Amino acid sequence: MTPFAQLLTSLVFTPSRNAKLRLLMRYFDKAPDPDRGWALAAIAGEMDLRAVQPSVIRGLVEERVDPVLFRLSYDYVGDLAETVSLIWPAEPEGTSVRLSGVVDQLAAASRSETPALLVRLFDQLPPEERFALIKLATGGMRVGVSARLAKTALSEWAGEQGVDAPVERIEELWHGLEPPYVALFQWLSGGGPEPDVDLSLAFRPMMLAHPIDAALYSADELKANAESEEATRARLAERLAPSDFAAEWKWDGIRVQAVATDNGRKIYSRTGEDIGHSFPDLVEAMRWRGCVDGELLVVRDGEVAPFSDLQKRLGRKTVSAKMLRDFPAHIRAYDLLHDGETDLRGRPFAERRTRLEAWASEAEADRLDLSGIVDFAQWDALAEIRAGARAAAQEGLMLKRRDAVYVGGRPIGQWFKWKRDPLTADCVLMYAQRGHGKRSSYYSDYTFGAWRGGEDGPELTPVGKAYSGYTDEELLKLDRWIRNNTTDRFGPVRAVKTELVFEVAFDAVQVSTRHKSGVAMRFPRIKRIRWDKPAHEADRLETLQRMIRD
Amino acid sequence: MVNAKALLELNANGLFCPLGEFYVDPVRPVARAVVTHAHGDHCRPGHEALLGTPHTIEIARTRYGPNGFSKVKEIRYNGNIRLKGVKVRLIPAGHVLGSAQVVIEAKLGGKTVRAIVSGDYKRRFDPTCEPFEPMPCDLFVTEATFGLPVFRHPPTEKEVGKLLASLSAFPERAHAVGVYPLGKCQRLIAELRRAGWDAPIYLHGSLRKLTDLYQRLGVELGETRDATASAKAEMAGQVVLAPASALSDKWARRLPDPLICGASGWMTVRQRAKQRGVELPLIISDHADWDELRQTVEEVDPETLWVTHGAEEALVHWRRSQGYEAAALSIAGRSDEGDA
Repeated sequence: MTPFAQLLTSLVFTPSRNAKLRLLMRYFDKAPDPDRGWALAAIAGEMDLRAVQPSVIRGLVEERVDPVLFRLSYDYVGDLAETVSLIWPAEPEGTSVRLSGVVDQLAAASRSETPALLVRLFDQLPPEERFALIKLATGGMRVGVSARLAKTALSEWAGEQGVDAPVERIEELWHGLEPPYVALFQWLSGGGPEPDVDLSLAFRPMMLAHPIDAALYSADELKANAESEEATRARLAERLAPSDFAAEWKWDGIRVQAVATDNGRKIYSRTGEDIGHSFPDLVEAMRWRGCVDGELLVVRDGEVAPFSDLQKRLGRKTVSAKMLRDFPAHIRAYDLLHDGETDLRGRPFAERRTRLEAWASEAEADRLDLSGIVDFAQWDALAEIRAGARAAAQEGLMLKRRDAVYVGGRPIGQWFKWKRDPLTADCVLMYAQRGHGKRSSYYSDYTFGAWRGGEDGPELTPVGKAYSGYTDEELLKLDRWIRNNTTDRFGPVRAVKTELVFEVAFDAVQVSTRHKSGVAMRFPRIKRIRWDKPAHEADRLETLQRMIRD
Repeated sequence: MVNAKALLELNANGLFCPLGEFYVDPVRPVARAVVTHAHGDHCRPGHEALLGTPHTIEIARTRYGPNGFSKVKEIRYNGNIRLKGVKVRLIPAGHVLGSAQVVIEAKLGGKTVRAIVSGDYKRRFDPTCEPFEPMPCDLFVTEATFGLPVFRHPPTEKEVGKLLASLSAFPERAHAVGVYPLGKCQRLIAELRRAGWDAPIYLHGSLRKLTDLYQRLGVELGETRDATASAKAEMAGQVVLAPASALSDKWARRLPDPLICGASGWMTVRQRAKQRGVELPLIISDHADWDELRQTVEEVDPETLWVTHGAEEALVHWRRSQGYEAAALSIAGRSDEGDA
């Protein structure tokens, strides 16, 4: 339990992704089986233990500790698991308990036996390990590590052992593997073959696109915001043959992979997370056989609803009948990876598209339609079509090479996304906060506002927050400006004179009940710093409200 | 009925001894101040007469200059002096170099009564100062910075070991520890030396004066260098000490890939440590933890316990539940979240 508990603590305090990877790799290297497999399951959220209610833990501690002292401590610390782990009065005996032993005991204990087991373990373990135990028992690690990062660490660690195990392959096998993953670790450490997994229901690593700008402009040009509509059209014409490409709409939902076989049905997110439980209506409708790549949308009466409607359905464990009725889910298919049991991924896109059309008309699927192919002969014509994208719940266009086979990851030169132009607004900097990691000494996170009518004339109301889009030199200059124009300080946050205008770019504006302004921006970033523009000329809240798509 | 509570009262200037006509650690300038130690919230400039241990006086002069106080009087550990109607003695408190408890005795109604103001204190070993000396008394005034049962500081060696382990795991990163210029800075250096770390230790400019003073006063600290005068690459894999505020600000940019460490009792609580941007929390405190506070109160066994600055409520509750008199004293201006 000690190495696992130390790993959790270090992960919590480590901001950098690379340092987290190193911590995970070192743990996988040192910890024995099956401990490391259980740790992996806990971090990746695959631990299948009956969760202990926090109230049970609370009850246990109140039997041991003066309730007044416990209450004062809990008020101070703010986290139940941490308070209990620190306040538990026993002096640990120093016997070492293995993580796998703890997991076995928790799994074997009945609901009525669990409290006594926890007390016994609390008495044996030092505070840091008590904390890990409570997190295990109550579920929910929250150590700032995604399942994807853990799998990346596995892949890199395997590389160090001389085993070629790309993270995409691990993700593909993942759903056929179970904790404590002994066969997986054997393979990754060079001590065994790749685990033999039935992949029919597994996640197929998704093929992703590059932004068209990244293909047409150099990194330096992009940094200097050199892209323009004219240059993009010219470079497209010069470098890519329109006849090599098919164009299709990029819809404003979430990319999913839906697979249905005789053995079951799954809906995976882009990262391979099974999200079927949030979309029982879709799972129910998947009476066809195959594997579809598409966009998950909320569609009412044939019309795609705004992204904010889809957001209401994401991440739910259970979905009410009202939710199902008000926000009906739908898949708009882009691609067919399996037609029944036939794997199509090795065939060119054009052939897969023909198969998709035939498959869909035969399947007569509910809640599924095809994303249309956009006909065009010349790039200029396509650019005109793209300009109309905003009105139609589309994020822009996808360009796919007709001869591209389907491979996981982001292969070069195959698929491009040509997003619609972002919306922009001029907003006034109101607050700045220091960043994290390398940016921890710089004011790099900015909250900005738009004008609205207040009781005493125009006032600024915050409309968004951004921490990207500027260059390193601009960051230095902003940092200096903020330090010289601070009007107030709240911990790590500074309020500044409302004098500096940002041109903010964003993909959309949504209605928000959580923000005072009533609006929320999607993917806001700083496009330009308008050192020249007087603050009173910045945009008004009404301008943003008009951008809300209904 | 004779009562030690007659020896001390609280007014707007702080704790006052009416029979001796002096204050202990007053928060405003007064005629005569006896101070427990030289931290800014206990020893402020401007008193007409300042009384304290020789080391405390020395440190106060270094911090506030020769004109900080009109008159000073040194009282050696365990040397008695008479102030009006009471006898005053200073005994070690184990907090920082020169720190003392103020022992006040008087004969009231034919019986000698004793009150002790402990100031800040800790009970574990500190290579830079004299250890706390418990003395039985009738009225004990204790601090309670870490007066909650969640605070149980682990052994110092274990925490220093964490820093050394990180230095060997990340030899390309400067390990920058946020410290207070008086006490924590020098104690951490001394603890590192005790653990065998003999490389030069790099200091922020504001730590220099008091570190030099500690060495002049006989505390062995080995070689220290000024971080601002050192090459960036030279500090990779080395220990750099600076005030916490400098580490979250521009000053830290001179360090190679700094790994920010904290060294205080607050590091026990994850969220507190994270809020301060700390990547490696070290629980090293100059204050008594919950167990030490209770142990101390039981050892000096006062009829009355007064609890100041910190989590007074819990310690008062605990003492009362044992059947003794206890009360919280709120003295304005004491830092709750400063160096600890």
